[in-house]
Amino acid sequence: MNLLLIFPITIPLLTAILSALAWRSLKVQRALGVLGSAGLLAAALALLMNVWRGGIQSVQMGSWPAPFGITLVADLFGAIMVALAALTGFAVLLYSLGSIDERRQSFGYFPLFQVLLMGVCGAFLTGDLFNLYVWFEVLLIASFVLMALGGERGQMEGAVKYVTLNLVSSALFLAGIGILYGKTGTLNMADLAQKLRLEPQSDLVNSTSMLFLIAFGIKAGAFPFFFWLPASYHTPPVAVSAVFAGLLTKVGVYALIRCFTLFFVQDVQFTHTLILALAGLTMVTGVLGAAAQNEIRRILSFHIISQIGYMLMGLGLMTPLALAGSVFYLIHHIIVKTNLFLIGGVVQTLKGSDDLKKIGGLYKAHPLLALLFAIPAFSLAGIPPLSGFFAKLTLIIAGLKIDSYLIVLTALAVGILTLFSMTKIWNEAFWKAQPAGPALDNPAAATVTGGAFRLLLPVILLAAITVLIGAASEPFFALATRAAEQLIHPEEYIRAVLGGKP
Amino acid sequence: MTSTILRIASRYLTPVFLFFSLLILYRGHNAPGGGFIGGLLAAAALILYAMACGVDAARAKLRIDPRILVAAGLLTALLSGALALFSGNSFLTGRWVMLHLPFLGELPLGTPLLFDLGVYLVVIGITLIMLFALMEED
Repeated sequence: MNLLLIFPITIPLLTAILSALAWRSLKVQRALGVLGSAGLLAAALALLMNVWRGGIQSVQMGSWPAPFGITLVADLFGAIMVALAALTGFAVLLYSLGSIDERRQSFGYFPLFQVLLMGVCGAFLTGDLFNLYVWFEVLLIASFVLMALGGERGQMEGAVKYVTLNLVSSALFLAGIGILYGKTGTLNMADLAQKLRLEPQSDLVNSTSMLFLIAFGIKAGAFPFFFWLPASYHTPPVAVSAVFAGLLTKVGVYALIRCFTLFFVQDVQFTHTLILALAGLTMVTGVLGAAAQNEIRRILSFHIISQIGYMLMGLGLMTPLALAGSVFYLIHHIIVKTNLFLIGGVVQTLKGSDDLKKIGGLYKAHPLLALLFAIPAFSLAGIPPLSGFFAKLTLIIAGLKIDSYLIVLTALAVGILTLFSMTKIWNEAFWKAQPAGPALDNPAAATVTGGAFRLLLPVILLAAITVLIGAASEPFFALATRAAEQLIHPEEYIRAVLGGKP
Repeated sequence: MTSTILRIASRYLTPVFLFFSLLILYRGHNAPGGGFIGGLLAAAALILYAMACGVDAARAKLRIDPRILVAAGLLTALLSGALALFSGNSFLTGRWVMLHLPFLGELPLGTPLLFDLGVYLVVIGITLIMLFALMEED
């Protein structure tokens, strides 16, 4: 019995309930949001410490023993993801205090935000395949409402594309679960791992794994299923798209890594080579798509896709070092990407637009903002000594070790193109002078700069963490390595879930 | 569109509906029924009332905002799970007590029933939010 394991689910739920009870008072809802997110962050960090010290932890819901009931499991990978989700949630919540308009707030923004966090944390902690599906639905519903909240035309269009594609993905996932259950008679992931390892490789399992690959590929925004992402992520308010950018696709990546290290490992030659190919194509299409865009948030949306490719690359290579690279990449990426979206939002508030053709001169007017942009942007591109450099370096060394030169070359080339994209934003938005023409300065900007500190606080927090990961990469790397070891050798995971049974 | 027959009928039918919805909620743990179906039935009762006497009258009769019902229901469900924690069991473990009532005999009550009550409230709340909004539109 371990309370820490249920806190990441119950704290957001309780916060959401209390916020809903305080429906009429936005002040109370804001305070509750901050308190709840801070509590979640504290609980997540405590869980991470606990797992680091004491190994994989599990708790059986309702005291039903393992293969029959629902198990919550926290291995290092899951605990890291929960901590990142909590951190992103906290930072974005602080940002949304100053940026989400009152109308959206009064339509339940804060309770929904907490439900979203609950769904994400639940997906990271569950040890049951069907329960994972349920958490996917929880976060899909919450994210759909958050995306449509406000009801602007563009938002509706984006939300419909988003929800349609994600429903298709859920249907495929459910079909895959059904086949797997029909074959093995269990939905517990640890139990599945045991049973499928004893099976000889079969076409049925292989084709089921493809259903999972497509389902999670859609959620993760991997090639060739990514098109819903850039079509929808720039439509909702900045705070919403920041939390989506940081977390939602990563839930797909998490599920891919979990399933394809725990139980779809009979035919690594076939499945993981395919994943590697998808990873390469994802990187390239994402970065090329970004090069064609001219609005900050659209550029960043395409970069999410290309970065997903790097995370899948580690999974495709399937060596301990490569998986450590993937985990490290996730740590680095979630923080950096959320931060870039938030900065894009600050630019939009200051200038009234995030179209690169219409804005400029930010470096002169707001040097601090320029510095804050430079940190995550160059980290994303992989410039030493920032966090992205170590993440990419690990993956590339892992690739070289097993002579996968093609993917290494792709990763390097995409890195350079990413740098090109980031330089483009830097040049256009920050460096060049404000273009002539009708003044686009937001009339509200004057009042916003007064309260800009509230918007900048989470940005500074995340940038500081990025610098910290780069400067003291050793402990983070140790964390990622141990998480990867637990993924490659799932015996401890299986033992933690199923108990003493062989 | 208020017919006198419907209005008078609804006055008598609504309490009957509500009573049966509670009955179905209670028997739901081991027999067909449960919080979801009971909740739908209770919501149907209130919707019938709203159709007969108007949404405003139904809202006034309900007294509390349906949103509060949803939140209260979720809170009840969460508490029913958390109760097991006090006795050192894991989250959501079922706990039962026997009530000995003078005429009805033994009445088992437990946390799964409390959870179902939470579901019941959530279903009533959500259904009413949606249907009231639709009925107020025209």
